[in-house]
Amino acid sequence: MIKPNRKKLVVVGNGMAGARVVEEILRRASDQFDIVMFGAEPYGNYNRILLSNVLNGSQKATEIFMNPLAWYDENQITLHAGVKAVKIDRERKVVVGKRLRRDATPYAAGETGVGTEPPVEERYDHVIIATGSRPFIPPMEGFGQRGTFLFRTIDDCDHIASYAKECKKAVVIGGGLLGLEAARGLLTHGVEVTVLEAAPQLMIAQLDPDSGAMLKTAMEAMGVKVLCEKITTHIVSENGKITHLLLKDGSRIETDMVVVSAGIRPITDVAVASALTVDKAIVCDDQMRTNDPAIFAVGECVQHRGKIYGLVDPIWEMANVLADVLTGKNPSAAYLGSKLGTKLKVMGVELASMGETKPASPDDEVIVYREPKRGVYKKLIIRNEKLAGAILLGEIDTYNLLMQHFMGGTPVSARRADLLFLPSEGPSMLQALDMPDSFQVCNCNGVSKKAIVDAIKTGCTSVAKVGACTKAGTGCQSCKPLIGELISAYHDAGVPDQSEHFYVPGVPLEKSVLVAEIRRMGIKSVSEVFNKLAGGKEDPASKVGLASLLKSLWPDEYDDERDARFINDRVHANIQKDGTFSVVPRIYAGVTTPAELKRIADVAVKYNVPLVKITGGQRLDLLGIKKEDLPGVWQDLGMPSGHAYTKAFRTCKSCVGTDFCRYGVGDSIALAQKIEHRFQGVESPHKMKLATAGCPRNCSEAYVKDLGAVAIEGGRWEIYVGGAAGGSVRKGDLLCTVSTHDDVLKYMGRFMQYYREHGKYLERSYHFLERIGIEALRRILVDDGEGICARLDADIQKAVDAYKDPWKEAEIPHYPQQFSPPELARILEVAENNG
Amino acid sequence: MADAVAPKSRTLNLGSVEKVPKGQGFCFIVDGREIAVFRQRDGKLFATQNRCPHKQGPLSEGIIGAGKVICPLHSHKFDLCTGEGPDPKECVKVYSVREEKGDILISVDA
Repeated sequence: MIKPNRKKLVVVGNGMAGARVVEEILRRASDQFDIVMFGAEPYGNYNRILLSNVLNGSQKATEIFMNPLAWYDENQITLHAGVKAVKIDRERKVVVGKRLRRDATPYAAGETGVGTEPPVEERYDHVIIATGSRPFIPPMEGFGQRGTFLFRTIDDCDHIASYAKECKKAVVIGGGLLGLEAARGLLTHGVEVTVLEAAPQLMIAQLDPDSGAMLKTAMEAMGVKVLCEKITTHIVSENGKITHLLLKDGSRIETDMVVVSAGIRPITDVAVASALTVDKAIVCDDQMRTNDPAIFAVGECVQHRGKIYGLVDPIWEMANVLADVLTGKNPSAAYLGSKLGTKLKVMGVELASMGETKPASPDDEVIVYREPKRGVYKKLIIRNEKLAGAILLGEIDTYNLLMQHFMGGTPVSARRADLLFLPSEGPSMLQALDMPDSFQVCNCNGVSKKAIVDAIKTGCTSVAKVGACTKAGTGCQSCKPLIGELISAYHDAGVPDQSEHFYVPGVPLEKSVLVAEIRRMGIKSVSEVFNKLAGGKEDPASKVGLASLLKSLWPDEYDDERDARFINDRVHANIQKDGTFSVVPRIYAGVTTPAELKRIADVAVKYNVPLVKITGGQRLDLLGIKKEDLPGVWQDLGMPSGHAYTKAFRTCKSCVGTDFCRYGVGDSIALAQKIEHRFQGVESPHKMKLATAGCPRNCSEAYVKDLGAVAIEGGRWEIYVGGAAGGSVRKGDLLCTVSTHDDVLKYMGRFMQYYREHGKYLERSYHFLERIGIEALRRILVDDGEGICARLDADIQKAVDAYKDPWKEAEIPHYPQQFSPPELARILEVAENNG
Repeated sequence: MADAVAPKSRTLNLGSVEKVPKGQGFCFIVDGREIAVFRQRDGKLFATQNRCPHKQGPLSEGIIGAGKVICPLHSHKFDLCTGEGPDPKECVKVYSVREEKGDILISVDA
């Protein structure tokens, strides 16, 4: 169906890259182009990654199709299947294709195998070249005769499988990923398989010598013979049947058939014939454009910034960029190259590899764990506290964590073992939550965490449903456990937004970027954030988080728009289920006086307070107070706000310390009072509950507080951070030990400021701590490893200085209706409308 | 058979829009009914029943924006134009409301 006003897009190549870019374009603009595709293979697009399953019989060819022929019809795409594009006539703006003979090899060079029919010509406005790769055949004599095969297409699988039936022995030339997959496939056909590798080890691109040797042992245990440093020079046959191979070292190996799988090379024939710039592959800029502005390329046939990629992830990234550029959705989208990591199963052996396989300098830290009996090998290369490379063989449970660090360039845990082993309980949920939205969960179909979480939120609550909706998990299926974790992490609607990649859902920026933008543009109010950073669209669910952030960024200059505050923070009290409020006055360190208690009692009587309760934080709570009574209650109490309603410093409990206790070794009451006077009202990503303990008996529970100080013998104080004893129970980690109250205040303030700056909204200190790691915090906050301590100290001081008791608004409300009850409408009738 | 009775409504003047703080809601009691009137930062007015159908939270105390209100008790979210809630069974009644000469005019059933 040709519409005259649409541009015509011709895609050369119908493999995973070509079909993917078309899908991405249709997703952005289903009606913008007339699309024509040339595919040398006579099929729709299939998942080439799964070919080994077809070869070993675990999947049928029909099961690996990603875009069956019907898909092209449904999307009104003209597919020339079995037609090979041979040239782009750039003067006439026409792509010329020639039909291949049915028995032709689709990836053969040049015009080999084209038939005699007249060429197929398609006029174009834009061309995308996605011709992929062809197998590399090392120089040897005798390849091409009967019994020799390549391993690249569905037809190759068919041919190998049917020929193997008459064979006893097979040789696979090439000990890389594809070679081993081919070997696995051949085993299932009952032949003895030998793999010949030219390099000294298997999978040289992904493994180091040690892990290569372990993989070899594992392969041999499964019945595949592996010979390294073997180069084939001749394939020898007698009477039309292969008998043996001759090798460069003079040895010979008997075999009935040969499969060559020794790597791939980009297919550039059509680009060369069209006089485009081709080096090792088709040279493209960051927008996937060749030297002809109307012609683009994606996938394995591309050379971008000198690099060629042979894995799917970079191809998906390129397809996204190109779709953005071509549809005009984001004309300046840019592909900046990919970091490579991959996870795969070789004959049932799990394997993951990312980045570099060996250290590049003596400063690189190399961590190796080896467990030969189980066939487990793990290696990390750490450079400047970041992951430069990793190998996991036999057990890959920390793959997701490592990929996050590797892709994100984030500092790794100082306890390196955390990167090698998952703790036996609990953390996988956290890991699923912490994973950035952009993290690609399904590497076969390029499905991000965000797409899966979105599907879960629309009701896809099983792995199968998520697969039906997003395709995730329908390829190699290795990501299914992770999809299961995501479902359990996100299915519960009560999971807060802290897991989102963005600081708040309505402004598409992560916290560090958001903070930088706010600072750069000098944004001082929530409405201005929406106007300048969210295209003018208000998002109610984002207001509170933004208000908290702005207040911590501009302590005394912040433009405090009260509509951005949660009701508790508008009226400085905690809303209850019946719409009344609770009032908790500040009682520093939990130490009160008879006069104060009398006033509290008088208030409770005067306002008919239904419940007076001593809280877990050593405070008195007056519950059931009407909004309009709040100012009166506060004035009658004559005490400052206890901030029991907000995401801020809450309380600092204490034990009786040295004054009366027989065991106390430090003055915990005086310290708690100083802490509370200093940090009252300091806002933070979530509430901060503190305690001080006069001795390690911990009567005030300081070990399980967001921040706690515990006195130890010798007049010293231990400072614990990240403790919890609510829904989570966790003993805090020791940040440092100091000698004076002032030092306790200093380090606590530093921790608070760092948490205020780096905590996600609604992330409690204990999750924050687990995310950053105590060693990293010690390095930053105690050793001043980033040189920011003085700045942190100054900034927390500003927040302290900006303290105002919010209950002072009792005297002058911030706005007239702040404490108003519902108004009984005095009706001025305007009109009566009869239906 | 009696004739079908056409629905009847009245338009009432609730007074100045300034009664509703900018970007917030405010609760009026009209004929014994609690009605939340919202005034978005862009000046748009909305009105709904004040009580959340979930656990009777006061919607007038909720956070608003982009034509939505979030209940302060359990964060259930409602569309201020249509009354649609998180679940098809959970909707709020909406009232037609407009500004005229600085006053809030609302239509309620007679």
